[in-house]
Order: sequence, then C-alpha cells, then structure tokens
Amino acid sequence: MTLAEVVLGVMFVGLIAYALFGGADFGAGIWDLLAGGTRRGAPQRAVIEHAIGPVWEANHVWLIFVLVVLWTGFPAGFTPVASTLYVPLTLAAFGMIARGAAFAFRKSITTLPMRRFLGAAFAVSSLVTPYFLGAVVGGVASGRVPQGIAKGDVVTSWVNPTSTLGGVLAVLTCAYLAAVFLCLDALRDGHPEIAEGFRLRALGTAAVTGLGGLVGLFVLRADAPQLADGLFGQALPVVALSVLAGVASIVLLVLRRYAAARVTAALAVATILIGWAAAQYPYVLLPDLTIADAAAGQPTLVAMLVVLVVGSCVLVPALVYLYRLFQHSERITP
Amino acid sequence: MLAGAAENLFPARMQMALSLGWHIVFSCFGIAFPTIVVFTEWRAHRRGNPILLDLAHTWAKAMGVLFAAGAVSGTLLSFEMGILWPGLMAPFGEVYGFPFVLEGFAFFLEAIFVGIYLFGWDRMSPRAHMLSALPIIVSGVAGAFFVIAANAWMNNPTGFRMENGRVVDADPVGAMFGPSTWPQFVHMLIAAYMVTGYLVASVYAVGMLRCRRDRYHRFGLLIPLTFATVATPIQLLVGDWIATTVAENQPVKLAAMEGLFDTGRGVPLSLGGIFLNDRLQWALEIPWGLSLLVTHDPNGEVIGLQSVPPDLRPPVNVVHLAYNTMVGMGSALMLLALWLGWTWWRKHSIPGSPWFLRATAVSGVAAVVAMETGWITTEVGRQPFIVYGILRTADAVSPAPGIALGFFAVAAIYAVLTVLTVVVLRRLARSHDTAAPQELEPVP
Repeated sequence: MTLAEVVLGVMFVGLIAYALFGGADFGAGIWDLLAGGTRRGAPQRAVIEHAIGPVWEANHVWLIFVLVVLWTGFPAGFTPVASTLYVPLTLAAFGMIARGAAFAFRKSITTLPMRRFLGAAFAVSSLVTPYFLGAVVGGVASGRVPQGIAKGDVVTSWVNPTSTLGGVLAVLTCAYLAAVFLCLDALRDGHPEIAEGFRLRALGTAAVTGLGGLVGLFVLRADAPQLADGLFGQALPVVALSVLAGVASIVLLVLRRYAAARVTAALAVATILIGWAAAQYPYVLLPDLTIADAAAGQPTLVAMLVVLVVGSCVLVPALVYLYRLFQHSERITP
Repeated sequence: MLAGAAENLFPARMQMALSLGWHIVFSCFGIAFPTIVVFTEWRAHRRGNPILLDLAHTWAKAMGVLFAAGAVSGTLLSFEMGILWPGLMAPFGEVYGFPFVLEGFAFFLEAIFVGIYLFGWDRMSPRAHMLSALPIIVSGVAGAFFVIAANAWMNNPTGFRMENGRVVDADPVGAMFGPSTWPQFVHMLIAAYMVTGYLVASVYAVGMLRCRRDRYHRFGLLIPLTFATVATPIQLLVGDWIATTVAENQPVKLAAMEGLFDTGRGVPLSLGGIFLNDRLQWALEIPWGLSLLVTHDPNGEVIGLQSVPPDLRPPVNVVHLAYNTMVGMGSALMLLALWLGWTWWRKHSIPGSPWFLRATAVSGVAAVVAMETGWITTEVGRQPFIVYGILRTADAVSPAPGIALGFFAVAAIYAVLTVLTVVVLRRLARSHDTAAPQELEPVP
C-alpha cells in the first residue's frame, strides 16, 4: 500500500463516517418531512429532534474533513470534480445551510408560522441534499468527470442514469439508516408505539433500497460499464458482504433486536461505499486518473498523515465523550 | 473557455467576498466570545453573583446561536474554494491546503466542546464546566491561526519552487510560516476581541439608553467593553507591525493603500482623497508621515505604484478608501477606549454622559466596519493576483458556465439567514429560557 493510498483510505473512513452519522441525520429529516400534520406528527418529531439535537454539527463536520483532505492530498482529483460538478455541489451546500440553520434555530423560536417555515426548510433540505451528493458520486463513478478544470459537461455530468441512481439510493439509504437508528431512540425515550412505526418504515425502506440496488445493477451495466465490471470483479466480496449485512438487519428488525440491527445496517451502508471504492480502484477518476497521478507530493502526504493520526487521537475520545454524555442524560432525565 | 473565465471573474469574486465577509463576523465570536463568557462565569462563581451567572448563561446560548451560523457559512466556504477557484486549488492545494486540514480538526473539536459546554451548564461542577470551555478557546484561536496562515500564504507565498510553470518541492509546513502569517494572525486575533467586545457592549448600551440601568445591563456593558478597550491600543501597535510587513513584502499593496504613485523619500501620509490620473487628489497630507510609519525614518524610501506596469496594480480607490475607513474607525474606537480608561482611572466608574452610551451603542458597528474594510484592504490590495506575484485571480477562477448565478443565490440565502440570526438573538435577549441550538429541547 502506498502512502497516497493510506491517506486516501483515511479520507474514505471520514466519508463512511459522514454517510453513517450525517446520513442518519438526513434520514431523520426525511422522516420528519413524512411524519404528517403539525399535530399528528409532533410526538415523532420530538423523538427525532431529541435523537439528533445535540450532535448535529459534529455529524456534518465529517464532510468538511473529506473536502480538505481531498483538495490538499489529491488536488488533481478534487478540482475536476469540484469544477465540473459545481451545480449539484453548490445545491448540496445550500441544502446544508438551510438544514443546519433551520434545525439549529427552530428550537429557539416558538411562534407557529415561523416554526413551520423552519421545519419545512429542515425537512425538504434533508431530502434534496443527499440526492445531490449521491448524484455527484454517480457522476464520478460513471466516468463523467474528465481530468482538468471544468472539462466535463456541467449538466449531463449529474443529470444521467447513474447519477439518478446514486441520488435515489443515497436518499433511500439515509431514510433506512435513520429508521433503524430511531427504533432504539424511540424505545429509549419511552415510546414503544413510535419505535414500532420506525420498525415498519425500516423494513419498508430496506425492501425498496434492495430493489433499487438490484435495478441499479442493470443501470450500471448499461451506463457505467467500467464500474459494473469492477463491482462484479474485484469488489464482488464486498458487495456480497453488503447484501448479507442488509439481509441480516432485516431479520434482526423482524426480531426487534434494534441494537444489533444498528450494527448490521451500518455495515451494509459502509460496504456499499467500500464496494464503490474497490470497484474503481486504482482510479480516482474513471477512466484513467489513478491515485498515484492525483496525489500530492511526498512531504504533503506525510504531513497530512501525521496530522490525521495525531488529530484522531484527540478527536475520537472527545467525540465518544460527547455521545456518551448525551446518551447517559437520556437515561437519567425522564 | 477563456471567455467563460473572464465573465466569471467578477461574480465569483463578489460571491467569495460576500461569503467570507459574512462568515468572518461569526468567526470573531468563535475566537473571542468563549473567553469573555468563561471569564464572566468565573467571576460569577468567585463572587457568588447570580446576576453575573445569568449573564454568562445568556451569552453562552448566544455563543451557541452564533456558532451555528458560523458553522453553516463555513461549510459553504469549503465548497466554494473548489467550485469557484479550481485554478488555485489544482496547482497549489498541496502547498497551502494543509492548514485547512488542521483547521478541520480545530473546528471539529470546537463544535464538540461547544455542545458539551452548553449541555453541561447545570449538569457539571463549576470547575469541570469551566474546564470544558478550555478546548473551545484553544481550538477557536488555533483555527483562526490556520485560516490566517492560508491567507497569509496567498499574500506571501513560500514553501515551494516554480519550475517550468509547475510547482515543485512543496513544503506544506514551511508554507504556513511566511512573513505575513504572524502579523496577520495577531491583527485578526485582536480584531476578533474588538468586534466581539464592542458588539456585545453596544447591545447593552442600547438597553441602558432605554433606561434599563440595572446591574445586569451594567455588567453586560462593562465586561465586553473592558476586553475591547484593552484590545484597542494593542491593535494600534500591531497595525504598525503589519504596515511595515506589507511595505517590505507587498510594496504595491502599500502604495495602493496610500494612493502613492511615485517612489520617493520623505513621503507624506495621505488621508482621504480620490486617485485620478495617477495622482491622489484632494487628500489631507501629513508631511513625512508615510516614510516615518513604514520605515521609522522621515527620509525613508517608499515604493510607489509606478514601480509596476498598470495591469499589475490593484484598484487604488477601493483599497485606499477601505484602508482609510479602517484607520478612521480604529482611531474613533481608540478615543472611546481612552474615554473609558480615563474615567475609570479617575472615578472608578463608567462615564456618566449619555454620549458615552451613544458612542458605545454604535461602537459595535464601527468595529465590524473596521474589520471588513481591513479585509477589503488586504484582499483587494493583493489583486490582480490570487497568489501574490505568481497566479492571477483571472487564471484561477472556474470557467464553467453559469457561475454568475451563484452570487444571487448566496445573497438571497444570507439575507434570510441574517434576519433569522437576529430574530433568534433578540428572542434570547428577551426570554432567557430560549434554548440554544446545541441544547436539548425539553421534551413536550
């Protein structure tokens, strides 16, 4: 494994963390959107808000981390993506602003119309932001981002079958993750009937996501053959693991084993991402920009690796402390 | 392709200016406010004063609101770096991207501990709680250093060599410590204390002008104002340091700041005026002023705009006006600081005149204007370069079609966001039970 691959691997761990934690946040927003009218949906929304409230900012810093590592360590891979796919990226950034601000501020506001406006902004942006991010992945994975600055088509690079598939799967995955995670949160908050509702939603989205993945294989065969070859070639074991984890979490949900279902659901999502990476290895940008071509020089990569290791040693304990503090409080406050 | 870049240059610069100019106000609070809040909390516990504790708690919540606004606007900036300026990031990402990685960690830590600090308000011992703010203070200041290091690199690029138009021998750590880094960082750090201190104090000055003169308002005025008052004279000294650094490393920027065309000795300091036909007209001149200021010698040589061809000069009027506005606002704030310092020394109280409260009420806006014009000075003064002397801004901007629309979208979003932030802060001031973004909402 080269130094560049190690640094890219660490970035990818950040991306997986974003998909899991940030993804569950987005998904919670999607369920907030679908929770029904102001009164009927209130108990569900309370559970959602209670679950993601204190950590919302921390969850989305992962993406900033991914961006800065990419532009410093792999500028030749980052700049083509940022410049060609600037439309969905800008829209995703706007979605993050709307979502973050609305969620942060709505608890400080008590007037109903204002709360409704912020609630709607939060929920709608939770739906569209993962779509745009998934569309970006689709554009990269189908080889629509040529090397160089803004050399690709600024429209068809993200309005195409693979991007649509990526966007839809991203939304479904977020919703699925959130539903699985929220089962346990609702139960902890003392709302078994709400937990039951999220269980059914989790099972429903699992089925739809699985179906989407199956259809997606045909889409990729036609629209992104290089990626499809990788998925059925070198990435096949990872893809198989993902399917296995997905099936396991359905079984666990049926058995109401929520804590275990969290683990398998997270594994299923993480392995989808790893499968994508493995399928296009050793290329950063299909068809021909390799990791080695895109990587920065040795001193930059060494400096980054040192900071990533030392920084994680500080960050991870702090993050664990934060989560534990809030989880603990949920148990002591009624 | 090139036509696209030429069309995109102005809107992209405006979008970046708007995004940065908005974000930087909130960054100031991220840097300076935690210290002021924890100081107040510490005094409250030392004196057993419930009013101070109430004040500290309200400020802590306001800090949470401002932090949230800063966080979302910072996210947009990290996208814009690649979206708007791919021509900068592609060749130089490996040279100067590194401090942004460090800033990523600093910001992450800050976000985590802001959550812990707010959440732990009633749940931790005072000692443990105040300790939990320490990482906020450290990571806020460290984050500022990293971002400023990146900006200082754009002013004085170091830590690499150019060979046949390509970057070689990139040294990301060396690139963080160019000649501008320390003066720019200290200048910004002090500015953050001034902006935060004067802005918070101005809120309570308005309250006191409306006859709410209880102890809560007096503390609310005096504590932040003291921080700002101490910071102001220091900024004057730092200003001298940074002026000499600019004169040494970016003489053309300094010439634009002063509207100086001819290189010469014994150059006067020019205040105001308009730069027309290569001359600064109608300016107030202080003999030998500029030579004294930047070389500390009345006959010292100062380089003028004529030293470079016209297409390498920044827009003089914008830079000169912005610079003069910053100095003017800074001097006015210095007078306010002297007024408070003098009265406090003689009478051990704040000046009784309503004019003092009126001046304090506008000091916050003055401090923000000073900081924003300071940033305009350094950013516009660097033009036409994005990396001084090496890469032109016009060559760094994305040539992708449609970039110009981004500015309008960002303007609309930030207008809504500004209104929202103000509404939430006003609510917080009126009702102290209002929850901060990082707090748990009471389950209904």
